[in-house]
Amino acid sequence: MKLSGGNPLAGTEMDLSPAKRSAGQNPRWRQPRALLEKVVETGLFLAALTGVVTIILIFLFLFKEAVPLLLAPGPTASLTAKNWYPVSTPPVFGLWPLIAGSLLVTFGAIAISVPLGVGAAVYLAMVAKPTVREFVKPAIEILAGVPSVVLGFFGIAVLAPLIQDIFGLPTGLTALTGAVTLAFMAIPTITSISEDAIAAVPGKYLEAALSLGATKWQSIVTVVVPAALSGVSAAIMLGIGRAIGETMTVLMVTGNAGVIPDSFLVPVRTMTATIAAEMGEVARGSLHYHALFVVGAVLFIMTFMINLIADLISRRLKKGA
Amino acid sequence: MLKAKQFFLFGILLVCAVFLVSCTGTGQSGKTGEKAATSLQIKGSDTMVNLSQAWAEEFMQKNKGAGIAVTGGGSGTGIAALINGTAQMANSSREIKPQEKEDLKTKIGKDVKEYIVAQDGITFIVNKENPVKELTVGQLADIYTGKVDNWRELGGPDEKIVVLAREASSGTHVFVKEHVMKNENYRPDALLQTSSATIMKEVTVSKGAIGYVGMGYSSDQTRVIAVKKDAQSPAVVPSEATINNNSYPVSRPLYIFTAGDPVGVSKDFIVFVMSPEGQAIVKQMEFVPVK
Repeated sequence: MKLSGGNPLAGTEMDLSPAKRSAGQNPRWRQPRALLEKVVETGLFLAALTGVVTIILIFLFLFKEAVPLLLAPGPTASLTAKNWYPVSTPPVFGLWPLIAGSLLVTFGAIAISVPLGVGAAVYLAMVAKPTVREFVKPAIEILAGVPSVVLGFFGIAVLAPLIQDIFGLPTGLTALTGAVTLAFMAIPTITSISEDAIAAVPGKYLEAALSLGATKWQSIVTVVVPAALSGVSAAIMLGIGRAIGETMTVLMVTGNAGVIPDSFLVPVRTMTATIAAEMGEVARGSLHYHALFVVGAVLFIMTFMINLIADLISRRLKKGA
Repeated sequence: MLKAKQFFLFGILLVCAVFLVSCTGTGQSGKTGEKAATSLQIKGSDTMVNLSQAWAEEFMQKNKGAGIAVTGGGSGTGIAALINGTAQMANSSREIKPQEKEDLKTKIGKDVKEYIVAQDGITFIVNKENPVKELTVGQLADIYTGKVDNWRELGGPDEKIVVLAREASSGTHVFVKEHVMKNENYRPDALLQTSSATIMKEVTVSKGAIGYVGMGYSSDQTRVIAVKKDAQSPAVVPSEATINNNSYPVSRPLYIFTAGDPVGVSKDFIVFVMSPEGQAIVKQMEFVPVK
């Protein structure tokens, strides 16, 4: 908007006569160039708008499909029920187990991936020798490219039996298994972006801290990382976004039991897994169909809030800095 | 000025967005309207929707010009549609009731003709180390509803039962719920899996696990449970033979009903369904062929 506001073309709309006069005074090629500029400007504006329109479309579609259940007389109350029984009569669409499942798995994934991811970023940016760094950073980034279904396989085949053995559980398909596999997915995002942010902190910050007599550790923890905090928190939020929206892995490794979990060592059912598992065969327009859209809308609102919080945090941090 | 223009543009796009979204709705209703015009309407059991659809697709491949529309809604809905004349065929996973037979006779003036086109049967599997070899239908129900939760209560070791079931969208989920559990709800902590393969995997690694899979899915990594109708009945291991002679209790025949003898496309379709090719599709869809 600022760009177009400062554009001399703005005058063309305000008042035609001076524009005409200036066109007459200037060489002939100015006019086609002005036209071209306008076309490009409009094109870029439309390109920028695509994202906004898409999100509005998704938003409208999601809520259009979710509303019928909220308006339906009976089952609305069952949204707050404790169980998810979509095919019993009458159906029960209790959202709590799904929300609790998603939150627990995501929280677990954050608890594992944030210390590891940020730790790795600090190591890579501040401690590692360039040769080590050149090798380790791409290796971590390759992890980001591993398809989620492959990580799911890894979760089922390796991690689940391991967790079952370690904790002596009846089944290895638990929230913890999901959290660990999701952490693997979030770590590359967190490390890569945090590392960029930390590496972008001007070298004089570190030098100043060191010259004041701080140890390297003190300088890193009290000066460099805080200076990069807005980038690091953006990285963490992106990681969380990846974790909460992930579907395939959790569908495969969390066991999908719709109970409100009381620990990390029980099976849980997440919102994404519920939608993925049931959307395929649900009858279009049925209450169950609309219920899945309610789940989708709740998930949408949650990710929206996370993004909003991330934005507020990074803004506040920027203002503080 | 420019700001106002951008706002205007944004407004137009918003209107377009709303329009597009509402379009998707009308598009769908348009489709169902088209279906009504085709030549053969099959309606009924949700369990059979996919099977029926597979038959219809294959049949339409072979007979160009034949239009078959398959819709679900439940066995009762299908039979009602047959009685009202809105469908020429009803899929059903239960027998037709005497009252329904009479209604058909009075409304359409024809006797019902029934075909058993496939069998629905499932296999319960447990871990190989589990010593429990047979269970009654009642015990299975207790396991799945959560009344029993340790193998000790069923003559096994002191091991917590891990209950594996299929997702709610699966026909098998509903079959077990209706047929074994007498329509009670699954225990909420049952692990709902997306495929028979993942159930197999989990039963293989978890000592206390029990799960159900489609016919022909068992392997030597797991043990198949022989099922007794009640405590006095003999334990029966599921197989195509025991399902077809009705001795295996966790199975049911799947029917197609027509009003009177089928003619034209209906007749061709039934012939196709009962042909080796049609029965091969039955097996493909994880049901048990009747021939």
